[in-house]
Amino acid sequence: MIVPIVRTALMALRRDRPALAMSFILPIGFFSIFAVIFGGQRNSTHKINVILVDQDRSRSSLELARGLEREDSLVISTRPSSKEKAAAPPDYTAATAEAAVKAGDAPVALIIPAGFGQNPISFGGNQNGPAIQLLSDASDMIAPQMVGGLLQKAAMTAMPTAMAEQGMKYTDQYIGGFTPEQRKTMDANLGYLRNMETKDNADSSASAAGSSGSGGLVAVKMRSVVGENKNGNMISFYAAGIGVMFLLFTASNSAGSLLEEAESGTLDRVLSSRVTMTTLLAGKLAFNTLLAFAQLVVMFLWAWAVFKLDLFTHIPGFVVMGLCTAFAVAAFGMLLASICHTRAQLGALSTLVILMMSAIGGSMFPRFLMPPAMQKAGLFTINGWAIDGFTKVFWRDLPVQDLWQQVSVLLAVGIGLFLIARRIARRWEFA
Amino acid sequence: MKTRSATQPYDPIPLEVASLVKRFGQITAVDGISIELRSGECLGLLGPNGAGKSTLIRCIVGRALADAGSISVFGFTVGTSEAREALGWVPQELALYPRLTCRENLGAFGSYHGLSGSKLAQSVAWCLDWAALGDRAGDLVKNLSGGMKRRLNMAAGIIHRPRVVLLDEPTVGVDPQSRNRIFEMIEALRAEGTAIIYTTHYMEEAERLCDRVAIIDHGRIVAQGTNRELIQSSFASRSQVLARFAGPTDEIAAWVERHEGRLVDGAAEFTIEQSTQIAGLLDDAAKAGLELVDVSLRRPNLESVFLHLTGRELRD
Repeated sequence: MIVPIVRTALMALRRDRPALAMSFILPIGFFSIFAVIFGGQRNSTHKINVILVDQDRSRSSLELARGLEREDSLVISTRPSSKEKAAAPPDYTAATAEAAVKAGDAPVALIIPAGFGQNPISFGGNQNGPAIQLLSDASDMIAPQMVGGLLQKAAMTAMPTAMAEQGMKYTDQYIGGFTPEQRKTMDANLGYLRNMETKDNADSSASAAGSSGSGGLVAVKMRSVVGENKNGNMISFYAAGIGVMFLLFTASNSAGSLLEEAESGTLDRVLSSRVTMTTLLAGKLAFNTLLAFAQLVVMFLWAWAVFKLDLFTHIPGFVVMGLCTAFAVAAFGMLLASICHTRAQLGALSTLVILMMSAIGGSMFPRFLMPPAMQKAGLFTINGWAIDGFTKVFWRDLPVQDLWQQVSVLLAVGIGLFLIARRIARRWEFA
Repeated sequence: MKTRSATQPYDPIPLEVASLVKRFGQITAVDGISIELRSGECLGLLGPNGAGKSTLIRCIVGRALADAGSISVFGFTVGTSEAREALGWVPQELALYPRLTCRENLGAFGSYHGLSGSKLAQSVAWCLDWAALGDRAGDLVKNLSGGMKRRLNMAAGIIHRPRVVLLDEPTVGVDPQSRNRIFEMIEALRAEGTAIIYTTHYMEEAERLCDRVAIIDHGRIVAQGTNRELIQSSFASRSQVLARFAGPTDEIAAWVERHEGRLVDGAAEFTIEQSTQIAGLLDDAAKAGLELVDVSLRRPNLESVFLHLTGRELRD
C-alpha cells in the first residue's frame, strides 16, 4: 500500500515541474548565498572604512596616520570621495567627520586632536595630553573595537621614536634625570631611529605586520555618535529586517488569491462585470499595501511596547517608510502571483526569492557585516532599501526629507513591478 | 464586429451571433455558429461535453476572443459597457468567494456591476429570495450544500438584473430536488421577459425549459428549432422500437445491424414507419434464434434526434 501512495505522490510532483525544480533550487540557492556571505570571511575580515581627521599635524600624528594607512584591514579617508570630474572636496573636520558617521558613510572616525604630538604615548593609562577621539556608529559593534585595537598596534609599530622619547621622558622624570653623557648617547640613538623611520616611511610597501600587542599606548576616547541614546540592542534594525521579510511572505500569499480566483472561475466572472484587469490588480495592490502597512504598524507597536523602541518620536519617518515599503512588497507579491500558474508554484517561488532577498538584503544578517560585494548586491533587494530607510529613521534620527533616496527607489520598484505584473496578467484577460 | 454607441437606436433583438469562429491552436471549438435570441425566449444549446457550448458562451460574455464572426447584445458589441450590463453569466464552475457569506458574495458581485446603496441592497434581497436562500443569507458559502451553492452561483450571475442570461450547465452535480428548484428559478426569469441561453447535455432539461433548441456537435449547429420541429425534421411520423434480447451479444449485434438498427445501452433500437412493422421484426428475431426479453414503442425525443444527426449519443 505504501508503494502506490509514494508512486502517486511522485507522479503528482513530476507533473508540477516548477514546484519540483524549486524543491532542489531552493536549498542550492540558500547554500550558495550563505557560502558567499560567511565563506568569504574565511581568510580575512572585510575592510573597515575609517575617517581620519588630523588636527595636530605633528610628526607623531603623521606617523600614526601613516601607520593606520598601512593596515590592510582599514580603508582610511581624510576627505569625502569625489566624483571623477568634480573638484576635490575639502578634508574632513571633526564636525563633518561626525556628520559622516551619523549619515552612515563610515562606521568609525578618528580625530587626532591638536597637541597630541606633545605627549602621544600614555604609558599605564597616564594621560598627559589630549586623547584621540574615536567616533563610532553603535549599530556596528565590531568596527570600533577593531579600529581601537589597530590604532594601538599602529602606535606601537609606526611611532618608535615617539615611544622612545616618551619612555625616556618618563625615565628622566622618575629616576632623577640623565647625565649629559647619557643624554648625548640617547640623542644619537634617537637620531638613528628617526632616520630608520624616515626610510621606512619612504618605503610604501613596508609590511604592517608586527607586534599585535596593545595596551593603551595612545589615549583613546571612544564615543558613539549614532545610537548613543538608544537601547543597546538593535530593535529597530530587527523590526525592519524581520518585518520586511514577513511582509514579503504576506504580500505574496495575499496576492495568491488571484490564482485561487483564476482556478475557481471567480476571476472570469469578475472580469465579465465592469471590473477590468487593471482595476482588479490595482484594487488588490491597494489592499495588499494596506495589509502590509498594518502588519508593520503592529510589529513596531509591539517593539515599542515590549522592547521600548522609540516609535512615537519617529512617526512621520515611520509612516513614509512604512507605506513605501508596503507598496513595494505588495507590488512584488502581485508580480509573483502573476508569474505563477498554481498556488504550489507560488509557494515554492516566493519562498526561494523572498529568503534569498532577505539573506542578501540584510533581513537575516546585517549588511554592514557582509563582504563589500554582498553589501552592493543588497541594493538589488527591497529588503536592503527598506532596512536602510528604517535605519535612517530610527537609528540615525534623520528627517523625512533625507529618506528621498529610499522612498524614490521603493516607489519606482513598486510601480515597475506592478506594470510588469499587469503585463503578465494579460494571460487571464482573454482566452 | 458590429458596433453601436449608447446614443444609437435601441435594437430589440437581445442577442445576435453571426458566423462565429473560435479556434484554440489546431482545434476549432466554435465553427461558424449563428444564433438569434428573442426577449423572453429560452434557447437551449444541446450537445455532448466538448461540443463547443461553453466556448460559445465565453465568446458571448467576452471572456474569449472570437477569431471571426460577430456578436451583438441589443445592438452593442460584446465588451462594451452596455453589452456587459445587459448580459448575465452563470458559469459552469462555482465562481464564488468561499469565505464570504451568501449576502456578502451577492454584495461583492453587485458592486462589481456598479450597484451601490439601496439599489444594491434591494437587488441582493431579491436574489436571495429568488434563489430561496433568504434563511441562509448569513452562512458562509463553504458551509452550503451543493444545490444551494449552485443557486447562489446563479443569483450572483443575475445580481445586476440583466436582460440576457447565459446559463452554462447550471444543474451539474445537483440532486433532483435542487434541480427542480433551479428549473423554477429559470422559469421565473423567463416569465419576466429575460432572454436565456441554457447549455446542457441533458435532453430532459432542454425539453422542459427551452422554447427552441440548437443541437451542437464539433463546434457546429447541426439543427435548430423547437422540439417538435427538430423531431419532425429528423423522424417525420416515424417511431422507435426498443427491444431487448437474451443471448450471445455478437449474434444480437449482427442481427441488429442486418435490420439497420443500432444497439443503445444493450437494447436494439429501430426506427419504423408503421407500428405493424414491429410484428415482422420480432418474427425475424425469433427465426434468428434470439430470445425476446421485452419490447416497447416510443416517440423519438431530442436524444434520438441528436443520435440521428450525429451518429453519436449525447453522453459520448
